[in-house]
Amino acid sequence: MELARDEEKALEGNCGEVLATAYRILVAIGEATGAKKLVPVKWAHVSGVNYNTIGDGGMRFLEKFSTSAKFAVKTTINPMGYDRSKPEGIPQNFQERQENIASSYERMGAKPSFTCTPYEVFDLPQKGTVVSFAESNAAVFSNSLLGLKTNKESALSALASSVTGKTPLSDLRLEQARNPKIAIESDFDFRTELGYGLLGYFAGKAVKDSCVALNSVNKLDTIQAKALCAAMGTSGTCGMFTFGGKAKEKISFGKKEAQAVMDELSTADDADIITLGSPQLGINELKLLAKLTETKKFTRRCIVFCSRTIYNSAVKIGLAGKIENSGADFRCDSCTCLTPYVTKDRYDAVITNSVKGAYYLYKSNKLKVALKDIKTIAEEYTQ
Amino acid sequence: VIISNCRRIVGGTGEGKTLVTSQPINFLATVNAKAGTITDPLHELYCKSVKGSVLVFPHTIGSSVGAYAIYSLKEYGNAPSAVVCSKADITTASGCALANIPVVDLPNGIPLSSLKQGLKARVEADARRIVVGFS
Repeated sequence: MELARDEEKALEGNCGEVLATAYRILVAIGEATGAKKLVPVKWAHVSGVNYNTIGDGGMRFLEKFSTSAKFAVKTTINPMGYDRSKPEGIPQNFQERQENIASSYERMGAKPSFTCTPYEVFDLPQKGTVVSFAESNAAVFSNSLLGLKTNKESALSALASSVTGKTPLSDLRLEQARNPKIAIESDFDFRTELGYGLLGYFAGKAVKDSCVALNSVNKLDTIQAKALCAAMGTSGTCGMFTFGGKAKEKISFGKKEAQAVMDELSTADDADIITLGSPQLGINELKLLAKLTETKKFTRRCIVFCSRTIYNSAVKIGLAGKIENSGADFRCDSCTCLTPYVTKDRYDAVITNSVKGAYYLYKSNKLKVALKDIKTIAEEYTQ
Repeated sequence: VIISNCRRIVGGTGEGKTLVTSQPINFLATVNAKAGTITDPLHELYCKSVKGSVLVFPHTIGSSVGAYAIYSLKEYGNAPSAVVCSKADITTASGCALANIPVVDLPNGIPLSSLKQGLKARVEADARRIVVGFS
């Protein structure tokens, strides 16, 4: 990869340690993705905000980095571990460390969005705009449905872009990688968002490329799209899908393959708690939930995760109140994945409709999961 | 044996015993940085420690925060000495760049399986080569 003279100087440390570190990261990812040069980015979305994900090592790194780092472009940040307005049950130790991380990001100039769905919270740039999104569901969603151009960035590569305003021109930022070589053919009956989640997980696992064609999917509503993008981002390397395409190689996804994903991730039939929101729920999903639970009460504890912005909008239009009447509890700024609200000490198993949520509940939190679609959850667990 | 013409992703030299898997690794969900071990019972390297090894795997999967998990391995003194991927990805490259772990990926046509388990190996990233089985 060729660097411009000012980039080279920054890499050598002439502009301080922060930029030297950032350029070292950009050069490494540029080499990995075969880039020839760096290009400007308009927006970075950074992950690595939840203390449960980055730990003390990450916290200390950010504390030091943020003493002299300043974001050079619009930078939004992923959810943290909990909702600061509802700290009950969250260990003091966790709260303090989480606060430390949040302040580091805010000191660098982050918008305190704490959302994994920046595409539902912020104004969107024009199609074709180069961005750097670390949150994998947001990367897949933005490439596939919004026409933005991002690679499936890491927490650190997006951070490097946020302080330099640069990213390698490679992979999904070039047209070539956006034309899939492999297609998933499906005769599966997609009746629920969970079905699309299973497809996304399967496709991500089966295809090692950056982009995959989904031949049997013609259109998606937002709820289905979010389920699919999040699951695809979890299981593999794909950062994009297309509706159909010219791919010659085909892999089939049917009942058997869907069941195999269920067998891997759905390890319980029932549980004491329901979590909704990975990705965090948007207004559409809250409306659906309100409709499904109207005049009913949840028979299990139910936590609904959404961003503060979406929650505030839902309060304004009376939607949050309707959902709270069903007995569900909102938690803002956080999500199902690796939250200290849902731990093995407190629960054996969790009910969720999120394939991504199921993966992290099972692999990281070591909890069993009952995967069910949102309508089934509302039918079985409200009365 | 010397495997040359590797791609240099993060410079430097590191040596240790090879720890080889054909399965991708999710560093966030399935690696315990404090212990340096793989925690996923379904993974070939379950319970194995990556500390001081030449870690050989195809690429990472899953969370973008995996890059911090690689950095944390280093912070806790449990990092591999060097990393070899079949195709290095952004998570591996960025995490190792921050943690100063040398990374190369293999030239086209050389499969991961050409590196056997538990052999002494040295990754010389700047020379774009891996030296295996020296004494």
